[in-house]
Amino acid sequence: MFQAFVIQALVTGGVYALLAVGFSLIFGVARMVNLAHTSFLMLAAYGMFYTTYRLGLDVFTAILISLVATIIIGLVSYKLFIDRIREHEVTVMLITLALATIFQESMILAFGAHFREAPTLIPGYAEIFAVKVMYQHLLTIAVVAVVLLGMWLLLTKTKLGIAIRATAQDAEIANLMGINVSNILLVAMGIAAALASIAGIVVAPLWVVFPYMWMSPLVMIMAIVVLGGLGSIKGSLIAAFIIGLVEVAVVFYLPGGSFLRSAIALLVMVIILVVRPEGLYGIVFEEERL
Amino acid sequence: MKKFFFICFVSIILAAMILPACAAPVTDVIKVGVIGPMKFMEGENHWNGAVLARDEINAAGGVNLNGKKYQIQLIKADSNEILSPTDAAAAMERLITVDKPDFVIGGFRTEGVFPMQEVAMNYKKIFMNCGAATRALQAKVETNYDRYKYFFKVTPYNEYFLVSTDFKMLNMVATILKKELNLPATEKLRVAIVAEKLTWADAMVTTAEATIPKLGMEVVGTWRPSDTATDVNAELTAIAAKNPHIIFPTFSGPVGVTFGKQAGEMQIPAAIVGIVVEAQKSGYWEATGGKGNYVMTLNTYADGVAVTEKTLPFLAKYKKQFGQFPSYTAASYDAVLMMKGIIEKAQSLDPEILVPLIEKSEYLSTAGLIKYYPVGPDTKAPACPHDIMYGPGLTTGLGTQWQNGQLKGVWPAKGIGTGGFENIDYPGIVPYMIPPAVIEKFKVK
Repeated sequence: MFQAFVIQALVTGGVYALLAVGFSLIFGVARMVNLAHTSFLMLAAYGMFYTTYRLGLDVFTAILISLVATIIIGLVSYKLFIDRIREHEVTVMLITLALATIFQESMILAFGAHFREAPTLIPGYAEIFAVKVMYQHLLTIAVVAVVLLGMWLLLTKTKLGIAIRATAQDAEIANLMGINVSNILLVAMGIAAALASIAGIVVAPLWVVFPYMWMSPLVMIMAIVVLGGLGSIKGSLIAAFIIGLVEVAVVFYLPGGSFLRSAIALLVMVIILVVRPEGLYGIVFEEERL
Repeated sequence: MKKFFFICFVSIILAAMILPACAAPVTDVIKVGVIGPMKFMEGENHWNGAVLARDEINAAGGVNLNGKKYQIQLIKADSNEILSPTDAAAAMERLITVDKPDFVIGGFRTEGVFPMQEVAMNYKKIFMNCGAATRALQAKVETNYDRYKYFFKVTPYNEYFLVSTDFKMLNMVATILKKELNLPATEKLRVAIVAEKLTWADAMVTTAEATIPKLGMEVVGTWRPSDTATDVNAELTAIAAKNPHIIFPTFSGPVGVTFGKQAGEMQIPAAIVGIVVEAQKSGYWEATGGKGNYVMTLNTYADGVAVTEKTLPFLAKYKKQFGQFPSYTAASYDAVLMMKGIIEKAQSLDPEILVPLIEKSEYLSTAGLIKYYPVGPDTKAPACPHDIMYGPGLTTGLGTQWQNGQLKGVWPAKGIGTGGFENIDYPGIVPYMIPPAVIEKFKVK
């Protein structure tokens, strides 16, 4: 029972971590609270459903199409709706919320509000200490590790990454240094959409694909990002596993109240924030970012 | 220029207000309000069932009322009750006050039907509920007849009868498991109860926890995930750790899909039998990617099972017109046809005249014989006035199981059960299939 609890906590935390990384990144580097983040996840999930089950394409082609299409939608959305008002944080939140709703209603128009499935990338399960864990869950954890490594390399070892970080620290100075801030933010938006899309491709097969699937994870990942400290990827990662641990503890040790798993996880978040308002790894100095 | 735009704007508003009033009034129609969560399968089925009935009635000339033929006109109202039960009351208010239907059919989720019921009763409008089980809805008829007498049930029977049927199905599966797995007579089967946290499921859970031990089985735990939970892997792992033979679910929301899909993916070695509304639909197989195989659920329709002489023609028509299999809320078909008969008998659309006739009606529907429990002391709990009667020869429901991509009827099985259920012999019922993972884990060689 205890090993089942520990393994499940890791698995649940891994899923949340993958979802939170992209959200945290776009806030950390572009200072943008993108409420449409999980709707890109939803679009990618529908992309996988449509290209595999409706068009009959193989999984790898489906992944490529879903990923590219989601990134394009993210970039176009940014250019058309967000770029010109990006200085106004509240407006950006409202616009991204409106975008998410538009994407949701578009999926209803296209596919109805029916429950669909995205194809499982690795079917079956492994037994770890006599506990069944789906390969898809293990894949999720592996993808989290790869994504984090990739993002670290991009942001610290490439010129583009340095430009993104410079823009995040002070857009005005970055502009004076010859960095095209508008283009850098566009790239950051593309990366965030790509991360959401990857999360959709990897996580959606575990869930049910439907037009409202973006709402519930949005609340949880916002909680995780706030708990971890706004903009801190390291903090988000740790917060994701804390939330996962609390949720699974509720299911295992308070089964009759398992519907309260999210509420209790959010309560734990509130308690931590009361003690430490800046979150676990709240940024005091810009250099601490990442 | 500003003045010009202002004049244009005012003109458009005035035109929008005046033109509808100038349109020629449509007479000789009976308006039927169809209310449900129209973006979802349940609302779609409400609408589709009503459309079939409307087409059938209108093609045959309409409803014969006072020497004239009236055509049925349907009005669609989206209650959005799955996502937001609070929207339902506003939708009903708009439907009744703006569209002015002669009666209303539909409703799905208890939390949405309660406020819709209040609005309909405020306007003394007949409301035929085709979706919410909760007895408390009907209990209002008992406690305040004058106000709530306009509220009737068409489907399903109340949650106490649902749970009673649930236990009958559970007993059947337990009997089959014990026999086919060669389990010792003394061994108690272990049952895990899993129910979404919604009002209608609360009473079912309480009853299940009390009744399952009386059936000679052991309850290993009760789990209550949210009806919209996206991941129940933790619940499944906790359940698997308790080693149950049977999982007894009560799900009406999307969690039913997630649960079946993840249980199938992890090959949890337990027979799943209970109520999974999503598993009643043809889309379940696709939504779970086939991993919902062997899930058994209480249902209303099954492919090829003739509950009454009307069932198979209805199923064929529905599949032909809509390309899918109906779920239980498509009983709106029966509601419209039943009301046609009542109106023709009453020769009136006055609810005060129609209500006593509905109370005394006997209507052979696609799912059984619809008769209502009478108002008065003869109706004892869990029966309730204006609720449909339950039992052999009336409405029984079906137990259906997903068997390799097909939704098969497996209960009532002739020879199994008591109280007359053992004598039921619906054509098209097939034997229950034990999931291979259960055989592999529990079969005594």
